[in-house]
Amino acid sequence: MNITVKEVEHVAKLANLNLSEEELATFPGQLASILGYAAKLDELDTEGVAPTTHAFSNKNAFREDVMKESLKRHEALANGPSENGEAFVVPKII
Amino acid sequence: MNPYELSIAQARKELDNGTLSSRELTTSCLERIQAVDDKIKSFYLVTAKEALQQADSADKAIAKGSVAPLCGIPLAIKDLLCTKGIPTTCGSKILENFVPPYDATVIEKLKKEGAVLLGKASMDEFAMGSTSENSAFAVPENPWKADYVAGGSSGGSASSVSAMECLGSLGSDTGGSIRQPASLCGIVGIKPTYGRVSRYGLVAFASSLDQVGPLSRDVTDAAMMMNAISGYDPRDSTSVKEEVPDFTASLSEGMKGMKVGVPAEYFVEGMDADVAKVVEKGIQIFKDAGAEIVDVTLPHTDYCVAVYYLIAPAEASSNLARYDGVVYGYRAENPESLSDMYRRTRSEAFGDEVKRRILIGTYALSSGYYDAYYKKASQVRTLILQDFQKAYESCDLIISPVTPTPAWKKGTYADDPLSLYLSDILTLSANLAGIPGISVPGGFSSDGLPIGIQLQSSHFREDILFKAAYNLECGTGLANKCPEL
Repeated sequence: MNITVKEVEHVAKLANLNLSEEELATFPGQLASILGYAAKLDELDTEGVAPTTHAFSNKNAFREDVMKESLKRHEALANGPSENGEAFVVPKII
Repeated sequence: MNPYELSIAQARKELDNGTLSSRELTTSCLERIQAVDDKIKSFYLVTAKEALQQADSADKAIAKGSVAPLCGIPLAIKDLLCTKGIPTTCGSKILENFVPPYDATVIEKLKKEGAVLLGKASMDEFAMGSTSENSAFAVPENPWKADYVAGGSSGGSASSVSAMECLGSLGSDTGGSIRQPASLCGIVGIKPTYGRVSRYGLVAFASSLDQVGPLSRDVTDAAMMMNAISGYDPRDSTSVKEEVPDFTASLSEGMKGMKVGVPAEYFVEGMDADVAKVVEKGIQIFKDAGAEIVDVTLPHTDYCVAVYYLIAPAEASSNLARYDGVVYGYRAENPESLSDMYRRTRSEAFGDEVKRRILIGTYALSSGYYDAYYKKASQVRTLILQDFQKAYESCDLIISPVTPTPAWKKGTYADDPLSLYLSDILTLSANLAGIPGISVPGGFSSDGLPIGIQLQSSHFREDILFKAAYNLECGTGLANKCPEL
């Protein structure tokens, strides 16, 4: 399997990552070997097999909509890299 | 005997009859950490002050009368479980300054029991790895041999127990991250059934596979810890309303009438001869104890690495999208725009393995590849689950190795991620199928490295695992066996 630098750059963009020169030199080969190995699954006929996304067939876990104590604003903001006491601050968007 | 050498059950007795205080026990562990952790590096953070306060509260409670089984017992916590007011880094630069405003449910439960929390254990960044070498901070060492890996991703949780820096620890297991380091460090580690233990406050890696569990120096201690952390939690929508038995109750039951399955597929090519010998000895112990040994087949075992390394990265790529530098964690300096902030924050603060898995996962989920990769893997996951369901029609539990080899030298797989992934082949399927698995010390390699034996049972039958593991432990005589340091 071959994965090009361009493909890796495309996926990195989707994942909001910038890759360094060095990463662009090693990742395509490593990804190709891992995804190439995964192609092993093509040996199996899975026609009509239902996919499993959870080991149990979980039903929706509904609950009553009850008011409960939640984090205070200052607690929620405490880990913010930048905040003004009322909200998280990010670079200007508009 | 130093107090830190005691098992949890032994310490419990001494605490209850007044021959030892929790302060003495905790101090003994803290001194042990001071003496050996520069070398072993089990801990990212030691919270000595808080631990001694908790010990004093425990001593007060003990003096008043009957307490919970873990009251006053010093434990280590993998650094991906949220601890209120105590940093929780997940081994990542991106969470270096994160101080959770709440406790994970399992931490709440331990605190309610009166346990003493010594600090946060080193781990692979975001639990991605099999050696703990992917930590952005400290890489733990195997207490049995200098320069050898402790395993991963719960490497510090395992090395801290093996090096007798604590009496037990909590880890998490997404593809073997409790069982594998337990095996490599010569201790007990159990991955409970998916849904048995709450994931609330566990920093997510792959949500359909992650599960919290204990590591300890013997089987009884693991059962005591499981009693403390198990149970339905309304705050985790995937936790299951299933009755929690007393896991210590079945320990002394014999193996008569039990059927132990041996899957030929788990004795893989390239398996170390010492590992095969140790598992054969385990099978003999069960035979001698009156169990029936039956052949079982798990025909899709050979596909589980491929399935896992698509599903886990796919879920991770989605889970880790939240690290954007906005509400917590690292933020890149002087961003030009919001998108520049997202991209530089993530690029500067995630390590190589995390980036690699985000890229694989994003690729497997991206337009045009979803059916060929993610959907296909999810379908084969069904076949793996069905293999186990079928196998358990003819046996109560399955015995196998945990890893194909004992621990290896640090750096061995630095440039070859696929080869390292392949070493996970024997632990991944329990996560994919959601079944419980335990690693129990089985013996040693010719050069003195510990080798574990893996037992797996069907959903919510941890009681069978504990009973069988206890029988195994009696047969090997390896309870609470730790290296000289």
